[in-house]
Amino acid sequence: MAQITLIEAVTQALAYEMAHDDSVMVLGEDVGLNGGVFRATQGLQEKFGELRVLDTPLDETTIAGVTVGLAVQGMKPVAEAQFEGFIYPMMEQIACHAARMRNRTRGRLTVPAVFRAPWGGGIRAPEHHSEANEHLFTNIPGLRVVMPSSPARAYGLLLAAIRDPDPVMFFEPKRIYRQYKEEVPDDGEALPLDVCFVLRDGTDVTLVSWGAQVKEALEAADALADQGISAEVIDVATLTPLDFDTIAESVQKTGRCVIVHEAPKTAGFGAEIAARLAEECIYDLLAPVERVTGFDTHIPLFRLEMKYLPSVQRVVDAAKRTLAAS
Amino acid sequence: MTIAAKFEIEYLQYLDAEGKEVRKDLPAFAKDLDHMVELYKLMLSTRVFDAKSIALQRTGKLGTYASCLGHEAAHVGIGSAMKPEDVLAVSYREYGAQLYRGVQPREVYMYWGGDERGNDYQQEPARHDFAWSVPIGTQCLHAAGSALAFKTRGEKRVAVCTIGDGGSSKGDFYGAINIAGAQNLPLVAVIVNNQWAISVPRKIQTGAPTLAQKGLAAGLFCIQVDGNDIIAVRKAMEDALERARNGEGGSVIEAVTYRLGDHTTADDARRYRGEQEVKDGWAKEPMKRLRNWLVAKKVWDDAKEEAWKAECDEWMDNEVNAYLETKTQPVTAMFDHIFAEVPADLAKQRDYVLSLENQLESKKGH
Repeated sequence: MAQITLIEAVTQALAYEMAHDDSVMVLGEDVGLNGGVFRATQGLQEKFGELRVLDTPLDETTIAGVTVGLAVQGMKPVAEAQFEGFIYPMMEQIACHAARMRNRTRGRLTVPAVFRAPWGGGIRAPEHHSEANEHLFTNIPGLRVVMPSSPARAYGLLLAAIRDPDPVMFFEPKRIYRQYKEEVPDDGEALPLDVCFVLRDGTDVTLVSWGAQVKEALEAADALADQGISAEVIDVATLTPLDFDTIAESVQKTGRCVIVHEAPKTAGFGAEIAARLAEECIYDLLAPVERVTGFDTHIPLFRLEMKYLPSVQRVVDAAKRTLAAS
Repeated sequence: MTIAAKFEIEYLQYLDAEGKEVRKDLPAFAKDLDHMVELYKLMLSTRVFDAKSIALQRTGKLGTYASCLGHEAAHVGIGSAMKPEDVLAVSYREYGAQLYRGVQPREVYMYWGGDERGNDYQQEPARHDFAWSVPIGTQCLHAAGSALAFKTRGEKRVAVCTIGDGGSSKGDFYGAINIAGAQNLPLVAVIVNNQWAISVPRKIQTGAPTLAQKGLAAGLFCIQVDGNDIIAVRKAMEDALERARNGEGGSVIEAVTYRLGDHTTADDARRYRGEQEVKDGWAKEPMKRLRNWLVAKKVWDDAKEEAWKAECDEWMDNEVNAYLETKTQPVTAMFDHIFAEVPADLAKQRDYVLSLENQLESKKGH
């Protein structure tokens, strides 16, 4: 069986679903002949034609609004924002219509659409090509916010996102698009949305992360293990609606929690998890909740970007602080 | 001099303000006088409906309401030209078009009366139309997306969006007509130019002499019509719909009319426009000319007018009663349509709200 990267898993999921469901289509800038600037849609136009793999005019608002219209008419559009930093013009259509259509019409009209965007920093890209802004969407009712952290989860979660009857924001951590390969059977098996994945069992501290930072969390767990500390690692995967129960169960066991994310700290999604821990698990906590995040700055241009992104060392240090506290 | 391209915008009018025919080549539908009477009756019922809505708002039975006074010809002209299988994406005052397509007055009252169920249009073909879209211009892209779905599936259907003069300044409007031109989509975009975007006059929106010509930049067919002349609106719509249905491309129609009322019941237009302008607007309003024309054709008279008004009054009274008798949704309704199924995390909030409600009920019981 072929070993594939995360970006290849995205392509594989799109191709599988387009082959099995005529209502699925892809639209965006450069998604056609060029196959997307990251090649996520490579080969799809050849297979499925120019209408189902549609190069749009260069206007993100158009992509988002047309996606809403397509979805209301029973298509299952998968729209691409070329980079997360270019998603802002889409936000009105997403917040005011995609996320509200079902509620507005009491279920008469719905928007079964996916909005994909390459997400996050760490690829030495120009300005606006490295944003992590998932928290701008997690506060919008009616949206699912999903982020895979491995090729297998990219395949399974994207299939689930396309099949979901409601709009899904699908943020793809571009830093790990091609970082490693794993076996991903092209069997059309979706993974469940709305659940966190426990990637590693542990007893001393819970590391909670999503997207590209799951890699740092796992490496930190390795480093901690070398020092005799047992870390549990959770990939949140679906940020909203949040499967808080899985996080709570883990923290009830470990008594310690480090939340790792790339976006700025203040009002980042880590703040929501920390608040929920304070509300629901405060008596289980043996130490203050730690957040290892980007800073409340714009992500620097690439000479400094790795100083901004959470490092393995910062995660290890934070975990050790929670252990030192109790 | 070499000319790269040359354009002109046709202006279409059949009836002048007094109802005199300004051209003799009446379209086929206008020769069917029974049908023209039906259109007039719907325009009149739209006006009766509008007056009833404002009365409801003034007596505290409705929230903010956006009146359609003066737009009857434009709106009924749009709605009546469409086929049932077409799709309509409106902004928020196109009641004449919507009533034609089966939206019930009680649903309009429910929406402006604070109940989402007003958007759950019960009757076809409105049932597959879009709901009111308050963010200006955004609905144009929903129509373009619908048109793309029709094209992708090979369906002979047309998507129609309506927008105001102010809305034609929005990027969403341009985005919609632009992709319609690029992809040859079956889209008809109607700019109902009523001269005012709340307090901002038409001349502030653009330096272009017509709004119709905005469609030229997108490669669409463009025409400006007298929006108070239902024959002109309907004819332009029929032509545009036919072209779109036959795969011959989309259109932009500018229907020039006048907003005789305030922007909404929360607005006071006396703050920003003079009495004379409004008087001039009334002199060109759409009902009188069609009535004069029908009376001259001896298919309408005062007795019929009074009889139909009385029927409309009765219809609206029934609708108002149905609206007023509609019980408020249960408090949990705010959670029930966020997703297809209420996620576990959201269900906790719903249960909490329900417990608050039950506490209130039990206190009432004591």
